[in-house]
Amino acid sequence: MPLPDLLRHSWSVAAKDLLVEFRSRTAILSVAVFVVLVLVVFNFGRDPTAVSNVDLAPSILWVTFTFAAILALNRAFQLELENQALDGLLLAPIDRSSIYVGKLVANLVFVATIELIGVPLLALFFNVRVLPYLGPLVALIALATVGFVAVGTLFSAMTVRTRFAELLLPVLLLPFMIPPLSWAVLATGRLLAGRPLSEIVGWLNMLAVYDIVFVALALLLFPATVNE
Amino acid sequence: MLRAEGLKHSFGAVRALDDISFTVQSGQTLAVFGPNGAGKTTLLKVLAGLIQPQRGRAQVDGGRRAIGWIGHQPQLYAQLTVRENLRFWASLYDVSVPAELLSRLGLEEHAGRPVRALSRGLVQRVAIARALLHDPTVLLLDEPFTGLDRVAAEALSRLLAQHGAGGRATVLVTHNVEEGTGLATHVAFMRAGRFVHFAPRAGRGPQQVGEEYRNAIA
Repeated sequence: MPLPDLLRHSWSVAAKDLLVEFRSRTAILSVAVFVVLVLVVFNFGRDPTAVSNVDLAPSILWVTFTFAAILALNRAFQLELENQALDGLLLAPIDRSSIYVGKLVANLVFVATIELIGVPLLALFFNVRVLPYLGPLVALIALATVGFVAVGTLFSAMTVRTRFAELLLPVLLLPFMIPPLSWAVLATGRLLAGRPLSEIVGWLNMLAVYDIVFVALALLLFPATVNE
Repeated sequence: MLRAEGLKHSFGAVRALDDISFTVQSGQTLAVFGPNGAGKTTLLKVLAGLIQPQRGRAQVDGGRRAIGWIGHQPQLYAQLTVRENLRFWASLYDVSVPAELLSRLGLEEHAGRPVRALSRGLVQRVAIARALLHDPTVLLLDEPFTGLDRVAAEALSRLLAQHGAGGRATVLVTHNVEEGTGLATHVAFMRAGRFVHFAPRAGRGPQQVGEEYRNAIA
């Protein structure tokens, strides 16, 4: 299928998903509350004399994003099971990759919204300066997010028809999230500590390679994963 | 227009399709009657390309673009309005929503309402509009009368009759012999994944078909 058609159909799927979420607001609200609660709990649970904020904040930030993203990814294909809309999507004369790309875009917007809430709260609760490093931090978060959301969207499609989808998704996804998360945590720590950008370029490159490899693999595998 | 050749498919030990072959030409409506678990929905999904059969092949002239599907699940998004749903599905077929479709199905005044606020009968009408908006030449119907009141069921029957009269092909699967027979040009009885009867309706009424069905399935 020509690329413009694929992109047009992908946008249709993404816009529909975002409109459904905008109308219900159930997932975004529950995940936003989850993010606030986790950061509040960590804020009161930590011992500031034992570990410095700059050392602790990156791990907490990425643990929060990881579990919030899993909550979001679980719903990506669940909404297609309601009224068997997934069959309608599969029956439509579109490249099945466009369903994946549409879901990926919608999930990225969803997770980015969560991150938009999480980063200022982290700066507030942990008293870390993010504004001087905002550009590189945004690039870092974007690169890490694309990678694990790409894998998560694929696994969400694979598990949605199983009986224990909500349990199976994190079990499958977490091992694949370990590399990008560990690189992201290390790079975030260096950034917030005010180290030179040259120290994180290697991790940014690794995240970019991870994104390219797993988006390409997911595009290749997705049509087979949605067959009954 | 639609061909099935030697279709075989199993789910574990359960044989859903067991050597099914038939052809439906344009203008014909095949009604497939069978009890629950006979393999009717699997047959439709194989014809639609949603399930790859383990043996045999199914072919629809024009591919997926030619197929319209109406099932007992409406394939609609409850949070979106009728118009938003139809626009979304139309965008996947690269068509716009035909202006007369909403009025033909009596949906104009409901176009701005979310699907979750509609009655079962209205939801089914929206599902019909969704299935017809790209003007399919083959209609696959899976228990389309489920949950419809008498008026809505009659309206659907009229619409399907028009579809058949327009030279299109239809395959209807149902366990309701009364509702399916009137539309059919051909009738098949399905049991345990096999056609135990397949013939033109040839003037038989619902009562006669029903009696033959009960004898064949017993």
